[in-house]
Amino acid sequence: MKHIIVYIEPKDASSLKRTSYEALTAARSIAGDAQITAFAVHGSEQALATAGNYGVQSVVLAKHDLLSTYSSTATAEALAQYAQSVSADTLILSGNASGKEIAPRLSVKLKAGILPDCIALVNEGGKVKATRPVYAGKAHITVESVSDHSIIALRPNVFTAKQEGSANASITSFAPSLEAKHAGVKVTSIVKNEGRLDVAEADIIVSGGRGMKGPEHFPIIEQLASTLGAAVGASRAVVDAGWRPHGEQVGQTGKTVSPSLYVACGISGAVQHLAGMSSSKFILAINKDKDAPIFKVADYGIVGDVFEVLPVLDAKLKAMLHS
Amino acid sequence: MNILVCISQVPDTTAKIQVSGDGKSIEKTGIKFILNPYDEFAIEEGLRLRERFGGTVTALTVGPETSKEILRTALAMGVDKAGIVKTDDILDSYNVAENIAGYAKSISPDLVIFGRQSIDFDSSGMAPMVAEMLDLPSISVVSSWNIENNAITAERDIEGGKEVLTCSVPCVISAQKGLNDPRYPKLPDIMKAKSKPIEEIASCHGSALVSLTSMALPSSKRVGMIVGDSEAEIASVVTALHEQAKVI
Repeated sequence: MKHIIVYIEPKDASSLKRTSYEALTAARSIAGDAQITAFAVHGSEQALATAGNYGVQSVVLAKHDLLSTYSSTATAEALAQYAQSVSADTLILSGNASGKEIAPRLSVKLKAGILPDCIALVNEGGKVKATRPVYAGKAHITVESVSDHSIIALRPNVFTAKQEGSANASITSFAPSLEAKHAGVKVTSIVKNEGRLDVAEADIIVSGGRGMKGPEHFPIIEQLASTLGAAVGASRAVVDAGWRPHGEQVGQTGKTVSPSLYVACGISGAVQHLAGMSSSKFILAINKDKDAPIFKVADYGIVGDVFEVLPVLDAKLKAMLHS
Repeated sequence: MNILVCISQVPDTTAKIQVSGDGKSIEKTGIKFILNPYDEFAIEEGLRLRERFGGTVTALTVGPETSKEILRTALAMGVDKAGIVKTDDILDSYNVAENIAGYAKSISPDLVIFGRQSIDFDSSGMAPMVAEMLDLPSISVVSSWNIENNAITAERDIEGGKEVLTCSVPCVISAQKGLNDPRYPKLPDIMKAKSKPIEEIASCHGSALVSLTSMALPSSKRVGMIVGDSEAEIASVVTALHEQAKVI
């Protein structure tokens, strides 16, 4: 490993997405003597310069008319061209929604082994070995690229972004050679879920399961979520019953989440649900059945009726947060 | 419209996973294998497009002989043709994509549809990888879309919202849960599907780009503080969340 490129994305005018800071930190952790360059297709000078706060001093911004509207195909092509122009052998990016579209294309363009959804990386004698969950977290595998290049996509929220110093990175530009065919797909607009935090992004998630007994009882979950500044999640049973929207489903056929704290309320812990949330840093479960499987993966558990426990828990949390 | 739907066979979501003796794969004994749940949406979408535009829907899988079961399910749902690239070797995703792209080139589909991810290896990379090999645009995790005059407008789920995208046919998409309500095959169709032909396609053995060195069950390092429902006990959990876990 000689040269790592980290793909970064702006969040707003002055900062990058948290997943980009995670990728910069992960790159630093495995770089050894290798050079690191951050690469972007969008972003203000101020936002891109913050890469320096995470130990990466050199940022390259690709500039081309076909990059002005986001296109996963044009972005992948620009990134591949830059990687080839500097003979980079390792590309690191977040395995978020955009990374999941770019990384597989890079793998084909560069004939590079793709290591998706990584939750741990080590540098062993200059080679990156990655650990990633499979079967929705029921097993872990270690993988490595056997080609000259590797594409490493990180599971969001698993790697902790660490600030190192406060130097602004220097920004240089790169002019890829793109044609209309490279921008075959374009984003025309983005619709944000206003006022509603997404489980995929939330640092704390409060989820409800069948133990909530009906959609009319979810305001108790929403109340607890509001106290904690958390997103509301749901089990498959609850979504399949039509109590909650698909977007809130956590589990093997829903979203895979890794928040700092996952609060499971009235969720028994079916294998397919555990698969979607078992990489959470801490898990709190509330269930009246002391033998429920959810307690086997919980850090903290309260055995009791959710309808009695949650109001008390909410009050205690409020008292704690206001003290 | 010529539609190719790519499907895979995976362990049932309730399956208990154990690592086999080689330390690199799962113990298959006792596991029920099913059609990847997201692929049901892909098949259904193909069938609906055929109902609207006419044409042919072909289902393709890459896997061992036993994967023919899911092709029978696809045939029972109503696809016109089914094909299998038979391989008993464990391939990396690049190799699987090469096999799919190789077959796709032979039938030049207008649309290639995948499920958003296969719930065994969860890579969610197959649609863009095959699209890149075919030099086509792709849209992953599509939750709703429309085709008018070969122009596609699609919505896909991203963190905290949805993206609206455009591209033109031919292209590759992957289906998100909720894109449609997949039909249940009827008993007579299930019976008929049993005798329908399944084309066997020769596999192309490229060289793998990724090597799997080991598989293990995840180790759990949980605190394991389980308490009752008294006010004092609930308070002790709140204190632990603050002082021990430091998450609030």
